[in-house]
Amino acid sequence: MTATTQVTEAPVVKPGGVKEVRRAFSGRTASILIVLLTILWTVPTFGVFITSFRPAHDVANSGWWEFFVHPHLTWDNYHTVLFVGGSGVTGGIIPYLVNSLVITIPATLISLTIAAMAAYCLAWIRFRGSDTIFFIIFALQVVPLQMSLVPLQRFYNLGAHIGSVPIFPALHLGQHHPIVQIWISHTMFALPLAVFLLHNFVAQLPRDLMEAARVDGANHFRIFRTIVLPLITPALASFAIFEFLWVWNDLLVALTFGGYNVKSTPVTSRLQQMIGQYGANWQLLTAGAFVAIIIPLIVFFALQRYFVRGLLAGSVKG
Amino acid sequence: MSVLASSGIVTASTFSDSASKLGNVLAVVAVFFAVVLIIFFAAGRATGRFQRPLSIVIFLGPAIVLLAIGLVIPAIRTFYLSLHGADLGAKYVGFKNYRWAFTDPGEQQVLLNTLLWLIIAPVVATALGLLIAVGVDRMKRQNLVKSLIFMPMAISFVGAGIIWKYVYDKQPDGLLSSIVHALGWKNPPLWLLSHPLNNFLLMVIMIWIETGFAMVVLSAAIKAIPDDVIEAARVDGAHGAKLFFSVQIPMIRSTLIVVLTTVMIATLKIFDIIKAVTGGNFGTNTLSNDMWNQTFVQFNYGRGSTLAVIILVAVAPLLVYNIVQLRKERATR
Repeated sequence: MTATTQVTEAPVVKPGGVKEVRRAFSGRTASILIVLLTILWTVPTFGVFITSFRPAHDVANSGWWEFFVHPHLTWDNYHTVLFVGGSGVTGGIIPYLVNSLVITIPATLISLTIAAMAAYCLAWIRFRGSDTIFFIIFALQVVPLQMSLVPLQRFYNLGAHIGSVPIFPALHLGQHHPIVQIWISHTMFALPLAVFLLHNFVAQLPRDLMEAARVDGANHFRIFRTIVLPLITPALASFAIFEFLWVWNDLLVALTFGGYNVKSTPVTSRLQQMIGQYGANWQLLTAGAFVAIIIPLIVFFALQRYFVRGLLAGSVKG
Repeated sequence: MSVLASSGIVTASTFSDSASKLGNVLAVVAVFFAVVLIIFFAAGRATGRFQRPLSIVIFLGPAIVLLAIGLVIPAIRTFYLSLHGADLGAKYVGFKNYRWAFTDPGEQQVLLNTLLWLIIAPVVATALGLLIAVGVDRMKRQNLVKSLIFMPMAISFVGAGIIWKYVYDKQPDGLLSSIVHALGWKNPPLWLLSHPLNNFLLMVIMIWIETGFAMVVLSAAIKAIPDDVIEAARVDGAHGAKLFFSVQIPMIRSTLIVVLTTVMIATLKIFDIIKAVTGGNFGTNTLSNDMWNQTFVQFNYGRGSTLAVIILVAVAPLLVYNIVQLRKERATR
């Protein structure tokens, strides 16, 4: 009896002091390490931010950290980048920002709608093979987007035909409506992940609720509109943010279907183009970069919580 | 004066242009939703045995059609093209393109780079994410730390490319050069031109972006471990590192693997970073960037498609593994 008490007490009480010290110490080293990592993670972005406000002469002759010694700040770089262009670049960046919005808003809403419908069907209008379809859709994430670019380009412009029998008309979208191609492509590429994540939410809705609605005579369209959509709004919001950032930050699809022109090029492709043209004019390039990342950053910081929730869906059991 | 005036005119026309563009977009979105609603109402009137199949077609049809056109058919076609010559409609060449991909010295460099990327970037990002997720738990201001680490997720790869290109720039404004200079290395090299170091410098960018993702997901998984499990382990004498390795890690194993595979898939498709920072020059090319070059710069569809197929085959096992896990979870649910 006494022996057991001694055994259980011994490790807790006696070396407690030593352990406390060690734990506090390891806690502190861990904290210091994490603070260092956080600084390391933030400094590059901060440097670009500072550089974008420094005069050209300063940027050419000193590192951005000299700003703390010689704090000269100017709006000139932003004025040049937004309205003028300069240094071999014609025109400001504003039309490209607008293009980004024009691309991002419909691409996000359309893919979200179609994915939510598919997710509802796979979860609640089950039929033979619906599980298989669900897994095939999930597995399509594996297809590298690069594979789809050439076939899609041909499809948008020349339509589809088997032999010489046309099954889809030639729309010549590339020539007339390049942005429509970008919307459709982003919708296609977003679907595998969107259907998968939304399915996780839709499938968890209470069965009783659905059955009660069926008994009341509601059809699937009504249930989807009046019961499912309101209940999965948080999931929709989080995926919308996800998709917004994804489309806004995309370069590959934009470069392929939008080309380099003021009509349809979003800000990412413009930025990629500017890297070549601005060359060593870092004050302009950094200002351009900051203009391009400020909208996703605002969206991200304002709606961070929902974004995180969207990321977590499906990846953590619970 | 004239400069100001002309920039004023430009601005005015830009704004009216932009306004009409955004107006058009809102109209497009409104029309899209109106069409969906009309279809819903029309189809909702169907009764009897048509109702169910009709619902399935309307709910699932658009997704299936888009996926077939956008992903399934192109994947099949790419495989077909990879067995053919450079031009579209060229004749059958068998596995010639594959032989080229695995024997050409330039391509071997590309494959080696891709392999290095695939191993190093996901493992380091996941490990750092785990470290931060565990360590940040007891800290004050943990939300600030998490937000800052997570922030790069919101920045485009191109933006990240510019941010890091600036870090790697030569003196006086390159941060890395200035730091090693201050530490006594008088003539630091041009980082992005130094092969093979430049590959690792590019990976740093990917790690910088993906660590936040790993941290958020893993931190949630750690928080989801029931308290009584941790308590029981404590009572049994597990503390610190032992608690971490023998209790917490096994409990979040499946999440760890999901994170690792997700980052791996993203890494394998990485294109923007390389395009923006080195353009694939100086020995930094990877499969996905070279695939783009072969197809859209060299216009060699056969070779481009071959590289795409190699990417697909490389990702496939990761995804199969994930699906097997998913099926197990669904079976127990």
